[in-house]
Amino acid sequence: MKRFGAATKSRLKLARMRTTLPFLILAILTLAGGVAAMTLRRLVHCALALALSFAGLAALYLNLGAEFAGLAQLLVYVGAIAILIVFAILLTRGDEDQARHPFSPAGWAGVALALAVFGVLGWAVETSAVAHSGATGPAPTATMRSIGFALMQRYVLPLEVIALMLTAAMIGAALLAMREKPESARSRAQ
Amino acid sequence: MIAPGLSVDQVFVWVKHWLVVRTPAPWQGLVSILLTIVPIIVVFPALFAVTTVLERKGLGRIQNRYGPNRVGPWGIFQPLADAVKSLTKEDIVPRSADHVVHYLAPLVLVGASFLAYAVLPIGRNMTAVNLDAGVLFFFAIGAGTELAVFMAGWSSRNKYSLLGAMRAIAQMVSYEIPLILSSVAVVMIAGTLSTTAIVERQARYTGTVAHWYVFTPWGLAGFILFMIAATAETNRSPFDLPEGESEIIAGYFIEYSGFKFALFFLAEYLEMFAVSGLGITLFLGGWSSPMSWLEWIPSWMWFFGKLLALIVGFIWIRGTVPRLRMDQLMNFAWKFMLPMALVVMVSAGVWRFLPAVVEGSFALGLVIRWLVCALVVLLPYVALARVLEQGRKIEKREYRFAE
Repeated sequence: MKRFGAATKSRLKLARMRTTLPFLILAILTLAGGVAAMTLRRLVHCALALALSFAGLAALYLNLGAEFAGLAQLLVYVGAIAILIVFAILLTRGDEDQARHPFSPAGWAGVALALAVFGVLGWAVETSAVAHSGATGPAPTATMRSIGFALMQRYVLPLEVIALMLTAAMIGAALLAMREKPESARSRAQ
Repeated sequence: MIAPGLSVDQVFVWVKHWLVVRTPAPWQGLVSILLTIVPIIVVFPALFAVTTVLERKGLGRIQNRYGPNRVGPWGIFQPLADAVKSLTKEDIVPRSADHVVHYLAPLVLVGASFLAYAVLPIGRNMTAVNLDAGVLFFFAIGAGTELAVFMAGWSSRNKYSLLGAMRAIAQMVSYEIPLILSSVAVVMIAGTLSTTAIVERQARYTGTVAHWYVFTPWGLAGFILFMIAATAETNRSPFDLPEGESEIIAGYFIEYSGFKFALFFLAEYLEMFAVSGLGITLFLGGWSSPMSWLEWIPSWMWFFGKLLALIVGFIWIRGTVPRLRMDQLMNFAWKFMLPMALVVMVSAGVWRFLPAVVEGSFALGLVIRWLVCALVVLLPYVALARVLEQGRKIEKREYRFAE
């Protein structure tokens, strides 16, 4: 269940979501995208359904008033990760139909595991301090300015550590891609 | 709702307010939304029609030929002929194509292109949606564009189409980084991500000259980088290898005919206008005039004037510069534009912290600030260009003709 993923997502407003029409529509869209990503036959269709599910999540964040999280979700997940998934599928498997039936015997263990994770996360969210403290008050506004100040003052060390990790990842990716160059250059020169 | 005063500058805001106040209360929200959206949907495709004629005539004159001149005087009704043609052409879909994705791709692309106009300040008080994170919204919508391009290329089940789509996405993703980094420099100095606020910060005047960011060295370099990256983002020549007609026929929209092709065309031009609009907002001061004595010209007229100037620039470059090869394109993005974008950010930081007034003289302070920041941009530029040129052997070109 991607809805309550990393710790950063639980820092958002955790007040009770009003079950109004926009929320219902967006929730159904997100869940439909997720279910389609599991059950469609062509792998590229699954990737596109996953991108739809990401977009639904972004819309849910925007519905809650978390502008930065929603737009960053669109930019990063739909703009980069969905495209990465699609490229990976195309460059490796190609678009053959799935040979196996989508529901393999190991699928039931997966369902049980997903339910267990959902149960643990749901219990953690329901019993957290944020859900019990100011759940009926107005939501704290997370303007860009306050996010910027928080990143530069209180959370500057995690920011720098993440930047270091991303640099290492980029250098690693460049190294992995670079190793083919001398051989291909030699073969091109012949 | 505060009633706006009636002036030529605010005439559209006044008309909208007048109409909304006169609708019954439950419908006011809906009418207000429609009155904001429908002009965008009408005006920018009309601008697209004008631009197609302008482009074909302009390219024709650059290439020493007439453009279209049959339909109407000087060919100005050519877009009507094009519209009729695209509506009446047979819509051919390959049998093995993925019909659902093939149908959805142009819709997603056009939808994403229209969404980008929501945060552009077209005049004073004339932003469709005043988001707190407007610039971020713009770039997030560009992400939808890339996915639509992939959908178009993959669903056609055609080798050239897929190749064109892969190249287009690689190009768009690579050039997104200098695009975003050069706008980050503006956001740094403006201190806000809201497009309306960025324009308002540039609409101030010292003496007669406005505070446009393009009048600063980092702003000028950033604007040039932004426009080059924008040309590449929208697959416009000289970066149009993914849709080059002589290279891979038409790239990711080979298998689209009739109206769907017209939708792709529309989406490309709409994206071009939107990204030019963002460049105008970030660097050229949006709807403000450059000199304070020119303020009597309405704000929306300034915006569209600047937009037309940028469009003419796009057409001019298309007719002049030859197409870049894929590896030249990617090298340019990663090895040159990305370091230059970072240098522009450093220069913007230096501009921020240098004092504006030196020994009580504003002119001296301005000159020193300008010189120092220009040096911070120019020295790395020259050094980078020298370093990148070393690996290349450029010899004197020899022409051999048949004898």
